[in-house]
Amino acid sequence: QTGSITGKIIDETGLGLPGASVLVKGLGRSASTDVNGNFKLTGVTNGPVTLTASYIGYSSVDLNVTVKGNTTANFSLKPDAQNLNEVVVIGYGTSQKKDLTGSITTVSSKNFQGGNITSPEQLIAGKVAGVSIVSNGGAPGAGSTIRVRGGASLSASNDPLIVVDGVPFGSNKLPGAISSNAISGVSNPLSLINPNDIETFTVLKDANATAIYGSRASNGVILITTKKGKSGEPSIDFSTVNSYATIARKVKVLTGDQIRAFVNANGNDAQKALLGTANTDWQDVIFNNAFSTDNNLSISGKFKNVPYRVSGGYLDQRGLLLTDRMKRASGGITLNPTFFDNHLKVDLNLKGTISESNFANQDAVFQAVQFDPTQQVYANNQYGGYFEWIGTSGQLNPNAPRNPLGLIEQKSDVGKADRSFGNLKLDYSFHFLPELHANANVGYDVSKGYGTTFIPAYAAQKFTVSGVATQYEQVQHNKVAEFYLNYIKDLKGINSNINATAGYGYYDNATTVYNFTDYNALGGVQKLPVFPFDKQQNRLLSYYGRLVYTLADKYILSGTMRADGSSKFSESGRWGYFPSAAFTWRAIDESFLKDSKVFSDLKLRLSYGVTGQQDGLPNYSYLPNYSNSTNESQYQIGGQFYHLYSPIAYDKNLKWETSTTYNAGLDYGLFNGRVYGSVDVYYKKTKDLLSLVPIAVGTNFSNQLITNVGNMENKGIEASINVSLIKSADVNWDMGFNVTYNKNKVTNLSLNPDPDFKVGTTGIDGATGTTIQWNSVNYNPNSFLVYKQVYDAKGAPVEGVYADLNNDGKVNEQDRYFYKSPAPKYIMGFTSSFSYKKWTLSTVLRANLGNYIYDNISSNLAVSRNILSPSGLLNNATTTIFDSNFSNNQFLSDYYIHNASFLKMDNAGLAYNFGRLSPNSKTTLRITANVQNVFVISDYKGLDPEISTGIDYKLYPRPRTYSLGLNVGF
Amino acid sequence: CKKDLVLKPTNDLTSEVVYANLSGYKQVLAKAYASFATTGPKGSGDSDLGGIDAGTSDFLRLYWNAQELTSDEGICVWNDPGVYDLNYQTYTSDNILLRGLYTRSLYQITIVNEFLRESTPEKLAARNITGADAAEITRYRSEVRFLRAYQYWVLMDLFGNPPFITEANEIGVIAPKQIKRADLFKYVESELLAIEPELQASNEYGRVTKGADQLLLSRLYLNASVYTGTAKNTEAVTYANKVIGGSYSLNSAYKNLFLSDNDTNNPEVILSINYDGNFTQNFGGTTFLTNASINGDMKPADFGIPGGGWGGIRTRSTLPAIFGISGAFTSNPDSRAMFYGTKSANDDVAVFTDGLRAVKFRNVDRANVPAPSNNGTFCSIDFPLFRLPEAYLNYAEAVLRGGGGGSLNQAIDYVNKLRRRAYGNDSGNVSSLNLDDVLAERAKEFFWEGYRRTDLIRYSKFTEGSYLWPFKGGVKAGRGVESFRSIFPLPSADVIANSNLIQNPGY
Repeated sequence: QTGSITGKIIDETGLGLPGASVLVKGLGRSASTDVNGNFKLTGVTNGPVTLTASYIGYSSVDLNVTVKGNTTANFSLKPDAQNLNEVVVIGYGTSQKKDLTGSITTVSSKNFQGGNITSPEQLIAGKVAGVSIVSNGGAPGAGSTIRVRGGASLSASNDPLIVVDGVPFGSNKLPGAISSNAISGVSNPLSLINPNDIETFTVLKDANATAIYGSRASNGVILITTKKGKSGEPSIDFSTVNSYATIARKVKVLTGDQIRAFVNANGNDAQKALLGTANTDWQDVIFNNAFSTDNNLSISGKFKNVPYRVSGGYLDQRGLLLTDRMKRASGGITLNPTFFDNHLKVDLNLKGTISESNFANQDAVFQAVQFDPTQQVYANNQYGGYFEWIGTSGQLNPNAPRNPLGLIEQKSDVGKADRSFGNLKLDYSFHFLPELHANANVGYDVSKGYGTTFIPAYAAQKFTVSGVATQYEQVQHNKVAEFYLNYIKDLKGINSNINATAGYGYYDNATTVYNFTDYNALGGVQKLPVFPFDKQQNRLLSYYGRLVYTLADKYILSGTMRADGSSKFSESGRWGYFPSAAFTWRAIDESFLKDSKVFSDLKLRLSYGVTGQQDGLPNYSYLPNYSNSTNESQYQIGGQFYHLYSPIAYDKNLKWETSTTYNAGLDYGLFNGRVYGSVDVYYKKTKDLLSLVPIAVGTNFSNQLITNVGNMENKGIEASINVSLIKSADVNWDMGFNVTYNKNKVTNLSLNPDPDFKVGTTGIDGATGTTIQWNSVNYNPNSFLVYKQVYDAKGAPVEGVYADLNNDGKVNEQDRYFYKSPAPKYIMGFTSSFSYKKWTLSTVLRANLGNYIYDNISSNLAVSRNILSPSGLLNNATTTIFDSNFSNNQFLSDYYIHNASFLKMDNAGLAYNFGRLSPNSKTTLRITANVQNVFVISDYKGLDPEISTGIDYKLYPRPRTYSLGLNVGF
Repeated sequence: CKKDLVLKPTNDLTSEVVYANLSGYKQVLAKAYASFATTGPKGSGDSDLGGIDAGTSDFLRLYWNAQELTSDEGICVWNDPGVYDLNYQTYTSDNILLRGLYTRSLYQITIVNEFLRESTPEKLAARNITGADAAEITRYRSEVRFLRAYQYWVLMDLFGNPPFITEANEIGVIAPKQIKRADLFKYVESELLAIEPELQASNEYGRVTKGADQLLLSRLYLNASVYTGTAKNTEAVTYANKVIGGSYSLNSAYKNLFLSDNDTNNPEVILSINYDGNFTQNFGGTTFLTNASINGDMKPADFGIPGGGWGGIRTRSTLPAIFGISGAFTSNPDSRAMFYGTKSANDDVAVFTDGLRAVKFRNVDRANVPAPSNNGTFCSIDFPLFRLPEAYLNYAEAVLRGGGGGSLNQAIDYVNKLRRRAYGNDSGNVSSLNLDDVLAERAKEFFWEGYRRTDLIRYSKFTEGSYLWPFKGGVKAGRGVESFRSIFPLPSADVIANSNLIQNPGY
């Protein structure tokens, strides 16, 4: 005899929960609720059963019912902030939150940052302990520098591995490229993922979580899952966010009147004669407020037996800099059917994006700071009518900055990028052995970036070469094929559970860059390529496995192993082995805590693991090869020019960087999950660091080589606490706080250990060849190496006078010392969400402490030699010139190193959720208002204290953005 | 499966392909030469070296800085790293320009060594290269050995005791041994003597000839007492004579030596470094010498560089003073006095117009037509690395220093050859000659060509307080500096990377 069960699942406000699931325990039968929260299970054998109702973000509820004919079972679910039963993706599988053995943090869409967010990583800025996300500036679609626990590499990449729905985004460092996964034609490849399609971010931090990604995991792994189809009636969501970006702060420079006063007081007659009569604020000239709109439509539901989600988005974002604009259209389809009684689950994800960007000439950002404010914007001349510095001989002054507005308006730089990625995942549980799953995943990521640049021949910026007409194109093909088996078995006899996974992966990344002839604007050939294209390719073959053994639901032992073979290394160093092990103790399930009134969760995690790193390395650097020279680098012998065959420096013994990480963590929950969080302590030691270091000159075809030298250690503590301060029917107030302390230190850097050994990493703008950031043993990577400024009795810096630190009676290069670094000591994030009935007020604040900035703008501009340029022109300076009163540049003075600790309010939002417009209507409505970049509190006087490189020079100002959004559901 | 992990680059070449035939060898030969003409194989922004700005990493630019900024000839305005320490002779082992030069010289040596390893008779035979092709490649070997000997001469002259590597040192990580200056002298001498009979008397433009070898030998012997403590002036005369007896003759007009068409109708230049504004682009070389010597107010277009004029280097007042010039430059009977400006005094190091500008190098041809320049900055002037007048002046000086095989009258005659060309007639001729006269003549003939530091050391005027120039030792009036400064420090980066190296005394 069978019967059926019908019922309704309601949320804390009494509204039906669509998409919630009801499971009949022990029978494997389940159903989902429709848009009104109703469900129906049929064909259930009469008798007592246990039903479990669950929904993401809510505590699951068990209910015992006895089925007899048509039975009713209603559930009322309460939000559970801690979500211990939530299913979290991990590498090659999933796990319930309570069973996680690694240090893993998940942020799901309901906790994302709001407002005008066009690049996905910004959704979780400030939300995860140990993760720092710093946008690279305010340009549309600009990327971010993401660091998980501070980064573990010097010359290789410090970017985490990003995996979207199981497809790792391939990386392929192109010769000369800064980033290893750049796509030309768009400022940031991540901006080609529509943030609205994203369901969760999962950050894997410790080696137990990451080691299954082996050689690409040293800098952490970020798993992104996109939204999937839901069962039930089709539901349509439409959202629009319209925003208005304004300039929050400008670089403080002298006004025209101040320059006139300065030149009249200090300049010679020739310089005074150069003064204009205007008061031009060049930053006002090139920046304007910018309107953006982001519209998204998605339909999800179930067609016959196939849950689907189809989405489309259109973004049109303008930047603060005139003419800057990015347009992006994106679409996605996901299908999640199941077959053979749920034995075969199919996941198909396809995403596509086309974007078109107009890149404004960012040279203008700096030139607007430097350009003489006494000059008018326009002038009557042959250079298109923009004021330019023209020398006494009537020609353009070659050493002068160019008119900032001319730089923008006379350059067209249009880039397009098309990208599609997707995968097909099949998960089959064997009919004869349901505990065994076979999982196959085939994915691709294809992109094409292309564009053109044009500058007319009469434009001052390229007058000497008669303008510019160039094009570029790059095609990227990344392929993934993975297969694994997963076996889960309860061994009731010994109160144990085994969960074993073993798999194989194949990853191929190829990028083809096409070379074109560069023309000037008059059609003259400027540069002819030698080769029509260059294809850069790398491959990775992998075997991996994981075994999780759980005893008595309390003691969990977990181990992973990965073997990676990479095409970047010679046969002897090609394979790397990356193991990890962890022990987890669910203390809360011990009898002495089980009935605790205080603790609702307590879990201790200990882990150890080894991960690797090869990303950012050139593809063929172990091979002894010759390059052919470009057409500009030939040599004349007799009457003929010869291309040069140059032997390339190589290290045939290149191998993996390996990081060994120890992690101890505690997950806690108090007062029924009203307070929860975790604390982690980690120690990471990286050896065989791939580092570009000086080698004994004469031993290779360069004096520097990327080779495996050097060790580094990272240690830190990260903690998070989430508090449900008020929890009631009408008022809810949730707060979260996370703090990270991280310290990186280089512990060795040379083949012959020597305390004086150092490698320069970053130069100074305005001082050709001057290197200010260096790596050296016992210091943070990229520490500043400077002279110690001497101050007079009044506290003013004495120009050119530095401390003789080695007391040899001379002040020279050997008196430079390491002083601070850009890496923050502490990173903090604070989130708050306060709701009252249908109103929600939320905010995100972030703070960094102990991060230092080198003020390159002032060191270059704020000297009288710059205003009164010896090159026959006048320039502007930052107002710090009145503090230093320097006449010549003192680039290497520690005077320009500033503490840039800050507190920022990233986001403040107010939302009103109408919910269902009427009790019988399906239509829901939500209105949001957001301000981003609300305020910054910092002692740093420059434009913005948050600069990941630590060098303040030509930062594109991050806008303050006001947005209004509307979500409608049908 | 394993095969999947073997990937080859698309455009780069393996050594089998490179060395398959004569034309491949010639392209490696071109690289050996181009190592002192280009900074890297991928245009002006590229460098074979690391740790130094690409544009600054050029051989000639660095060599010029080391030889001229430390002397009474040139002084630089730029605040770029290392520059003021050269201006003031206060350089340390961290000086980036000296490190760049040292590294550049050794880089060229490393390239030569690779060529020698790949061109042995055994390798040629194994690659089926025989007959005329094999003979031609064997001639290349002598030429690249000259290039290596030249760079070892540079290292010996400037750094004294550099690391020493030959084709016997395989590419790898075993650090080279250090060689003492006197031993390096013997090596350079033996190499130059060994290849002298193998080199051709004349060759394609830009390639090494017997004359270059003999002139370098003459230079080596003239400075022998500096390098080894033992004078070899007779040998200096002998090899100067060999050069003079060769097929070279003076160019009719001095100024033509430094123009963009100096690669044609130029019987005077024995070996040049070849540049081209389109095909050999480089921010060093003659592009540096031309651009850095003028500023935007000097009508860069007249110099064939409409986009240029960097305003960096100009003379110390001691240089025009040798021509009898002080104050403003108007004209001079000696046509070699190619200056510009109204003030020869160097009151302020940081003011480009404090000091006359040396305007020898111009990117125009004899008809004053600008040479092609990719961006209005790059120059097509070839730099005369060795030219006949050095043989005349080496001869004169070696004779005056007691070298046998020559005569004072012949020496006076050689000097007057140069003066006659400079004055256009006999009005500048001299009838007597002493050592100081030769030093002054060398300044007039070779200023801005990178000879000066070596010459002053030979005359004991480089570090000593007996001869001063503005800002020598960092003070305006000038002062003597420590005597160890006549040899530059080995770069600290290499002393650390190579534990075989012992730093030069004093640093």
